[in-house]
Amino acid sequence: MTTPDDRAPAAGDHAGYGPGRDHVRLTGTGLAAVRGLRTIFSDLSFAVAGGELMTVTGPNGTGKSTFLRIVAGLMPAAAGEVAVAPAREDGHAALIHYIGHHDGHKASLTVRQNLDFWRRFWGGGPIAPALERVGIAALDNLPIDVLSAGQKRRAALARMLVAPRPIWLLDEPLTALDAAAEAMLGDLLSEHLAGGGLALVATHRALPVAAARTLRMEGP
Amino acid sequence: MTAFLALVGLSARLSFGGRSGGALVGLVFFLAVVVVVPFAVGPDMNLLSRIGPAVLWIGALLASLLVLDRLFGDDRSDGALDLLRLSDLPLELVALAKGLGAWLATGLPLAVAAPFLGLLLGLSPNTVLSTTATLVVGTPALTMIGTIGAALMAALGRGGVMIAVLVLPFTIPVLIFGVSAAAAPAMAPAPFLAPFLILIALTLASLVIAPIAAAAALRAGLD
Repeated sequence: MTTPDDRAPAAGDHAGYGPGRDHVRLTGTGLAAVRGLRTIFSDLSFAVAGGELMTVTGPNGTGKSTFLRIVAGLMPAAAGEVAVAPAREDGHAALIHYIGHHDGHKASLTVRQNLDFWRRFWGGGPIAPALERVGIAALDNLPIDVLSAGQKRRAALARMLVAPRPIWLLDEPLTALDAAAEAMLGDLLSEHLAGGGLALVATHRALPVAAARTLRMEGP
Repeated sequence: MTAFLALVGLSARLSFGGRSGGALVGLVFFLAVVVVVPFAVGPDMNLLSRIGPAVLWIGALLASLLVLDRLFGDDRSDGALDLLRLSDLPLELVALAKGLGAWLATGLPLAVAAPFLGLLLGLSPNTVLSTTATLVVGTPALTMIGTIGAALMAALGRGGVMIAVLVLPFTIPVLIFGVSAAAAPAMAPAPFLAPFLILIALTLASLVIAPIAAAAALRAGLD
């Protein structure tokens, strides 16, 4: 199954979305979110093109995470819609990488087993270079449960490199990351953008990459 | 297809060695239920061999409910459910793959263990055979019906005994036809084939309906 490939994966490899090809484009129009009876945000519109980074900022509780989950299609919007161009028949779920508050790792499996499952489930490239890239290659045979929060977060980043996708939705990706990992994430983002991908990042801290756009959430 | 098989494999692996009791705990529970019955009923071999198929079926039913607790609950709490949804594999097939994997790791071992436990109950060779056959064919229905309850409870953020309470009533048709086919050799003129075919139909129907219902439950609980 694994094709031998010693080349470190660049975050910008997405078949069909590279430079000079059709650039991916993500738009949302008139989005609104309601939790219980409370409107979290309403009439929110944005457009991000391939190669652009949009940061989502704002105080706690203004709906940054909810916004990203709606964009990912993991939560229905109370109003408005999200569109991805070029449109795909099967919907855009398979174009999106999402990193939320939970890393999505299976605690009883090793780092390698976790990544290997996602490689087979999503279809993707070799695991070893991705682990090398995020700096946890030496930990690949440890149960993922014994890793620190920052190392688990690095493993989640490696998952994005194993199966390249053009849209990254990152919810507070800097949480638990040390300075070196923060710089590494900056590099990954730059490569991803240079390869024609786009990213939406909800964050309270400054990212190491310049954002083309900023969406400021102020609450309803 | 690769994605589907990968998920079946993951589900089997997690159910087999799960933290909250994997396949082994299910088997031991099955054994415990079957062993306890003779103490309650008394040492009447005729009675035991008559109710034996029913005892094995009830044991298998309860044991297969054990693993449902974490089937979707874990995926929801560790964030993997979000990632499973970000793929081209429809949520219905995700639910089917999870159910099949759980059955491979827990239902199938129960059916394989049944002949040995049948000996403890003094079943005739024919009854052992019919009971094992009905368990192989019928336990997938139990697991698949269980996935609906597991998905519903995961969507509500609950779990534990609630799932069993919710699922048990819906397994009654499977139990009725499973036991009547299994006990047929012991009740001489009773037919085996008719209830056995209905049992197969129940399993096939559950393989189609349960994933759709489970996916609907998971979707309804999105947030």
